[in-house]
Amino acid sequence: MKVGLFIPCYIDQFYPQVAIATLKLLEKVGCDVSYPLQQTCCGQPMANSGYEHLAGGCNENFVRNFADFDYIVSPSGSCTLHIKHHLHSTHEEDAAAIRSRIYELTEFLTDVMHVSTLDATFPYRVGLHQSCHGQRGLGLAQMSELVVSAPFSKPVQLLNLVNGIELVQLDRRDECCGFGGTFCVTEEAVSAKMGKDRVADHLRHGVNYITGVDVSCLMHMEGILKRANSAVQVKHIAEILTATI
Amino acid sequence: MNKLTVDHADAATEFNKNEARVDWHDETLWFVRTKRDRAVALVPEWEQLREAASQIKNHVLSNMHDLLTQFEANAIRNGITVHWAANGDEHNAIIHKLIQQAGATQMVKSKSMLTEECHLNKYLIDNGIDVIDSDLGERIVQMRGEPPSHIVLPAIHLTKAEVGETFHQHLGTDKGATDPQYLTEAARHHLRDTFLTRKVALTGVNFAIAETGGFVVCTNEGNADMGAHLADVHIAAMGFEKIIPRAEHLGVYLRLLARSATGQPITTFSSHFHRPRPGQEMHIVIVDNGRSRQLGRADFRNSLKCIRCAACMNTCPVYRRSGGFSYHSAVAGPIGSILAPNLDMRQNADLPFASTLCGSCSNVCPVKIDIHDQLYKWRQVLMQEGYGPGSKTVAMKAMATVLESPRLYRMAGKIGRGVLRFAPVTVENRLNPWYNQREMPEPPAESFHDWYVNRKKE
Repeated sequence: MKVGLFIPCYIDQFYPQVAIATLKLLEKVGCDVSYPLQQTCCGQPMANSGYEHLAGGCNENFVRNFADFDYIVSPSGSCTLHIKHHLHSTHEEDAAAIRSRIYELTEFLTDVMHVSTLDATFPYRVGLHQSCHGQRGLGLAQMSELVVSAPFSKPVQLLNLVNGIELVQLDRRDECCGFGGTFCVTEEAVSAKMGKDRVADHLRHGVNYITGVDVSCLMHMEGILKRANSAVQVKHIAEILTATI
Repeated sequence: MNKLTVDHADAATEFNKNEARVDWHDETLWFVRTKRDRAVALVPEWEQLREAASQIKNHVLSNMHDLLTQFEANAIRNGITVHWAANGDEHNAIIHKLIQQAGATQMVKSKSMLTEECHLNKYLIDNGIDVIDSDLGERIVQMRGEPPSHIVLPAIHLTKAEVGETFHQHLGTDKGATDPQYLTEAARHHLRDTFLTRKVALTGVNFAIAETGGFVVCTNEGNADMGAHLADVHIAAMGFEKIIPRAEHLGVYLRLLARSATGQPITTFSSHFHRPRPGQEMHIVIVDNGRSRQLGRADFRNSLKCIRCAACMNTCPVYRRSGGFSYHSAVAGPIGSILAPNLDMRQNADLPFASTLCGSCSNVCPVKIDIHDQLYKWRQVLMQEGYGPGSKTVAMKAMATVLESPRLYRMAGKIGRGVLRFAPVTVENRLNPWYNQREMPEPPAESFHDWYVNRKKE
């Protein structure tokens, strides 16, 4: 099984440890993983700002890099969702294949690899931030707004395989952190307030770490935590799923 | 043309200067959202109800002309006079004329967001007609000279103390009084007098039924009934999308509406009007005001399915932290942000950007409008039609040029990380909105790309 590793641009540049953990995790569960070297960005920064028409170059580059894989996996719900919904190309057949073959990391591990054991240990209190695009867009977990009979959560299913971890229940289990792409600067006041409120929910429950499936949300909350000189840290779920003592 | 209103972001910045108040506003509306969650959890077939409601409304949107003419014919048969208004001005002029024909100079009104959309109050007052809003929340904001900040809870932005002060000034209640029962009693006495002396009453319409020519008004205070039953002339104003095919469909919508709005199983009053009582005149004003245009927009037509429950506002993390007035539109929140650009793209170009696209609005919507997808689509339309700031277009073009080229991307990444590591002051300053309340991420020496290439070499 050939897996193409898609690392979103800001993870590549600012959070390489998340990409490394993702690569190691995929290799550990038996995937043949390659990272196409000419990849850049999914195009979402332009598209969400209303300039999808300027994302054509990113789209073509994405197709050039990822057309030849059985699966494409990414440690980001948001970028995965963007590709799934908005990737188009002059090579539309390739684009359609990519749209149907791209997975966010936790859904790939649960739905495709059926991972049921992980040799990982993380003996801390952890709050899970349900990133909106992963949760509501990709359906990674039951959404608080909907009436469904059987609750589920793919990230929680995986975190429960980690030794020693203690997951906390938040007061608002799937409220947005306020990052929102360019929203974080164009609507700075509301964005930062949302981030502060989200972080406060985790702090009220005494977490040591905040985790999630999207580094963008974690980066936002990390910025808030650091400004408040908090000892609480953020870790992408791949880092916890590969953690050892 | 300059914009006449303050952008959402600027209004939200102002609103956020008082953080304790933002917390209070957020908690108040979150409480309504949790009431909604508890109420809908008790209905096991909730998701099927939403789907049914959505499909019935889709049918309505596809058969608008036939259903409206069927409704008109049946209403006329029932003895109701039907008026058609192409826009807000026609709507206001029709109502003014009806008041004049009744020889009245005063009118009592019960909650209608359509009249807010058409700015009826201002029009009538400018023409010497005294209008009194009779629902408590509407009355409060009217006394204060404010528009409603929320379509179901018009005075939700006010504290008890502020209402007490308003009543002290306008109704002569004791200064400093905040007891809700005392204040409500004062409002009730004041309004009772209004009801007894008004010859003309206006109500909104929640559902107009094509097969019967009747309509339903949902309220919690009963003021719509009080006004309509005591007046010689009852005017009901409706946007044309309020139509439903059959009375049996009320069994879907009445179950959804109040649970979504406030977490009640049903509104206290669901008043069915079919014909004027002997000696009374009944009029229906059916308003377009841009709805035909919206119906013609393939990507946005299903926004007309909206039944005005406001669940999307209560759940919206941005609305809760920016307040209804920041949307500078009669209908605020996520639904307002997909309706308002249809009315005026330039004036409302900021609204589809007042969202993180978290998607909670679409999930609570009882008629399954894909609100957050439409916010995304409006962004594309507005920027392509040139309603974005020129500086933004330049920045986006530059960003696209860098991100579509692997070479430029890697170079820019390296330079960016270098600047952050060795000269952080260039971004850690007042000009960077991120840095205002958040620290920058710590840049690593090596990108993942470089790590991966080096690892392969080893």
